[in-house]
Amino acid sequence: MIEVKNIHKSFGEKQILNDVSLSLNVGDKLAVIGQSGVGKSVLLKHLNGLLKPDRGNVFVNNIKINKVKYDQLRTLRRDMSMVFQFGALLDSLTIKENVALAFYNNNKYDSKEIYEKVDYSLNLVGLPGIENLMPSEISGGMKKRVGIARAIVTNPKCILYDEPTTGLDPINTDKINQLIDKISSSKIASVFVTHEIKTVFNVANKVVMLHDGSIIFSGSPDDLRNTKDKFIKYFVSGKR
Amino acid sequence: MDNFFNPLSLIIYFFESIGKYFQLLIRVFKNLDFWFLYSRNIIDQMIQIGSKSLPIVIITSLFSGMVTSVQGAYQLTSSLVPKWYIGGLVGESIILELAPVITGLVMAGRVGAAIAAEIGTMRVTEQIDALETLSIDSIGYLIFPRIIAGTLMFPVLIVIADFFGIFGGWFSCVTTLDLNTYQFIKGVRAWFNPWDPFFGLIKAFFFGFSITSIACFFGFYSKNGAEGVGKATTSTVVTSCISILVLDYILAEILL
Repeated sequence: MIEVKNIHKSFGEKQILNDVSLSLNVGDKLAVIGQSGVGKSVLLKHLNGLLKPDRGNVFVNNIKINKVKYDQLRTLRRDMSMVFQFGALLDSLTIKENVALAFYNNNKYDSKEIYEKVDYSLNLVGLPGIENLMPSEISGGMKKRVGIARAIVTNPKCILYDEPTTGLDPINTDKINQLIDKISSSKIASVFVTHEIKTVFNVANKVVMLHDGSIIFSGSPDDLRNTKDKFIKYFVSGKR
Repeated sequence: MDNFFNPLSLIIYFFESIGKYFQLLIRVFKNLDFWFLYSRNIIDQMIQIGSKSLPIVIITSLFSGMVTSVQGAYQLTSSLVPKWYIGGLVGESIILELAPVITGLVMAGRVGAAIAAEIGTMRVTEQIDALETLSIDSIGYLIFPRIIAGTLMFPVLIVIADFFGIFGGWFSCVTTLDLNTYQFIKGVRAWFNPWDPFFGLIKAFFFGFSITSIACFFGFYSKNGAEGVGKATTSTVVTSCISILVLDYILAEILL
C-alpha cells in the first residue's frame, strides 16, 4: 500500500532523514520509534504528502505522491487519515463540526447521515455527549480521542498516528492503546510514531527504529524484545 | 537577526517574500472551484470582518470628523473665509482621505492582526496540516473566504465611516463652534464632487484586499511556535499600514 524508497530530507543545514526505506501493507500495524528529534514525525508526514522528500520517492497504491498534482494528492488522501500529537482540532468549530469536517465537500452523504457517522465515531472513542462543546472545553486526552474519531469517521484504509499517547496519564494511555488496537484491523494499515514501548508491544506487529535520520532496526516486536544491540536494548528497557 | 545586518540577505528575503505572496494569490484566484466549494465560509468572515468591526469604525470616524472640524475652525481664522467652509472641509477630508485611510489603518490592526494570529496559530498547532489530511484545500478553506469577505466589506465600512465622520464634524460644529446645521450642510454640498465617494470606495476595495491578503500570507507562512505567530502579526500590521499609505498615493495619482 505504502512504499518509501530511499528518502532524504533536510531542513536548512540539518539532515533529518537519510536514505530511509520502508513498506507498509494492509493489515500492518507499524510502530516508528526513536529518540526525540530523530525525524519520526517528519517521516510520518512524508507518507501522506504533507512533506516532500529532497531525494527518493514515496508511493501510495503505486502512485508516486511526491510528484503528483495537488488535486490527485487530495484524492489519495481520502483513503488516509492522520491523528495529530495534540489533536489539531479547529478551535473555531465544535467537536461535532470538527469530526464532520472529514466530510466537507462530500456529496455522498446528507447532513443527517454525516451526523449519524459523527455520533458513531464519538461513541467508538468513548466520548458520547460532547458534540456541542468547543475544543477549548475538553482535556488533552479527550482532544486526542476526538482526533481519532475524526480520523476513523470516513473508514480510511490507512491511519497515521503521531505520538497518540505522549503526555497522557497511564489510564488514558491505556485507553488510547486499546482504541488503536480496536480500530486497527486486517483491512487497514496503521502507522504510529511513539515513544511508548508499551504501545509498541501491545499494538504493533512491525517496528522500525530511527536514529540519526536512518533506520537502525526493522522487525517484529519480538525481534525488538530480543535484540542484542546495546543502544536499542537501552531504548527499549530504559536501563543501561 | 543575521538578515538584519546583511543587506544582501535582506534584499533576497524581500523579493522571496514578494514572490511567495504572489504565488499564494495565484493559488487563491486561479482555482474557480473555490467559489463553489468554500463560498459558505465567506458569510462567516463577512460577519467577523464587517459587523464586528462596526464599533471601532464608528468611534474612529466620529472622532476624525470632530477633530477635523475643530482644527479646520482653528486654521480658518481669516474673516475673508466664510465659516461654512468648515462643512466643506470636513465633508471632503472625510470622504476622500480620512474615512478610507484611518479606517484602513485601524482595520489593519483589528482585522489584519486577528487574521494573521488565527491562521498563524492554526499553522503552528498543525490545524492547517489537519485540514490538508482531510482532503480540504487549506488555501480555499482559510484564505479565499477571508480575502473575498475583506474586499467586499471594506467599502461598506467606509460608507458607514463617511456617514459617522461627517456626523461627528457636524456635531462638533453645532455644539462647540459657532456654526449651525444649515451652514454646515451648505459647506458640505458646495464642496461636494460626485466622483469623490466613488474614489473613496475604490480605495476601500484595494485596502480591504491588501490588508486581508497580507494578513493571510504572513499567517499562512508563520513558523516557530508562539514567537513566529507574534512576528507574523507584527509584520502584518506594519506591512498593511505601509501598503495602505503607498496605495493611497498611487490611487490618488491615477484617479484624481
